[in-house]
Amino acid sequence: MNRVTLFFHKAGSPPWFYRVSGLLIPWFWAIFIVLTAIGLYLGLIKAPVDYQQGETVRIMYLHVPSAWMSMMIYGFMAIMGFIALVWRIRMMEVLVISSAPIGAAFTLIALITGSLWGRPMWGTFWVWDARLTSELVLLFLYFGVIALYKAYDEPRKAARAASLLSIVGAFNLPIIYFSVVWWNTLHQGSSFTGDGPGIHPSMLWPLLIMATTMKFYYGASLLSRARLTLLKQDHRKRWVQDLLSGENS
Amino acid sequence: MSQQSSKTAFLALLRRDFLLAYRRRAELLQPLAFLLVVTALFPLGVGPSPQLLASIAPGVIWIAALLATVLSLDSLFRSDFEDGTLEQMVISGQPLALIALARTVAHWLVAGLPIVLLSPLLALWMNLPDEGMSILIETLIIGTPVLSLIGAIGGALTVSLKRGGQLLSLLVFPLYVPLLILATGAVSAAIVGLPYAAQVYYMYAGLIAALTLAPFATAAALKLSLS
Repeated sequence: MNRVTLFFHKAGSPPWFYRVSGLLIPWFWAIFIVLTAIGLYLGLIKAPVDYQQGETVRIMYLHVPSAWMSMMIYGFMAIMGFIALVWRIRMMEVLVISSAPIGAAFTLIALITGSLWGRPMWGTFWVWDARLTSELVLLFLYFGVIALYKAYDEPRKAARAASLLSIVGAFNLPIIYFSVVWWNTLHQGSSFTGDGPGIHPSMLWPLLIMATTMKFYYGASLLSRARLTLLKQDHRKRWVQDLLSGENS
Repeated sequence: MSQQSSKTAFLALLRRDFLLAYRRRAELLQPLAFLLVVTALFPLGVGPSPQLLASIAPGVIWIAALLATVLSLDSLFRSDFEDGTLEQMVISGQPLALIALARTVAHWLVAGLPIVLLSPLLALWMNLPDEGMSILIETLIIGTPVLSLIGAIGGALTVSLKRGGQLLSLLVFPLYVPLLILATGAVSAAIVGLPYAAQVYYMYAGLIAALTLAPFATAAALKLSLS
């Protein structure tokens, strides 16, 4: 068995996953805390005030990375869901359903920070703008995946149904995005790929640091949730019994 | 499995579904009555001003069509699931995607097509300008099959659940967003005399994509529900 196949077989085994993720989680939390401290310091204190937006520009350091995360996590869910359905890897099913609440939370953060920013800038908490609308639809897609998972009694079947739904949703997501862009746009274009003047390094760095630290938060939170799901699903199995008796003694 | 027998199976399924639909006429009429009632509520709710009604007409008619479709989707696979017919279809050896497609086509013919046929009456109630009439019917002809095709995925995912109906609407409405935007955009553009070909072409593209991909997703969801 070559190394890659071996890795997949190991990663598919719950006890192995439980042990390795237990080693990774403290590191993820540590990196998350350090990077968040640096990112927030640079973003909220050091970064210059925008000449048009004033202090409200600082919302960006939370808002933009959250919006990125909300889309990235949905993409991850679709990819992991595909792997779960095609190769029937149980760990992937667990990761899909553990991702959904985190993704929904990031979507909600992006929406709330966005409307807090919109109030002073656009004069309203909510407009039916393309990006806001597609983010809202994304939130509904997350809710659909979570609700479908909760509706089934049998966890593995539930996870497979949720995986299938996230794949279907991922096909639709770009279509939804482009259709709403075409429908109505007020939101400014991206500061990274647009034709306008780029973003200054003093603002770019805190943004990139915040974007990176959120990935570590996702990793830590995802692995913690997956571990808990595994313990719940396998609580009658040997490895969990061994683990619990070992910890108690 | 030969091509001939697949075709026979497809036609046999269609014939069976029509017969079933004909024998449960009252059940078929419910979504249509719902469509009429919902549309009639709008003038009562927003006021009978002809200009106001005309400006919201494309959206109201299309949303009523979405709601009526979702209402009829819950029963798409349910009775077949409950009496075991679905299992027999799976073990029949015919491709499950083909069976899903046959069910969806039958669903469109008995639930989607009547919406198209009723739409002139709805347009009349909502005071839709004459310029929008033909394009409203065209978007409904292209769009209602897509509603059935995408909705079938949701119907297949929720068929084994006791109370799948409410969940179904949460699952499929977000997926209907692009269609709603394109269709109402096309009708609104036609009313004010703007070109609307782009929206209609995108809808055709959506129809072709849904027709080719959705039956496979529905088949996967059906297998999952039966497992």
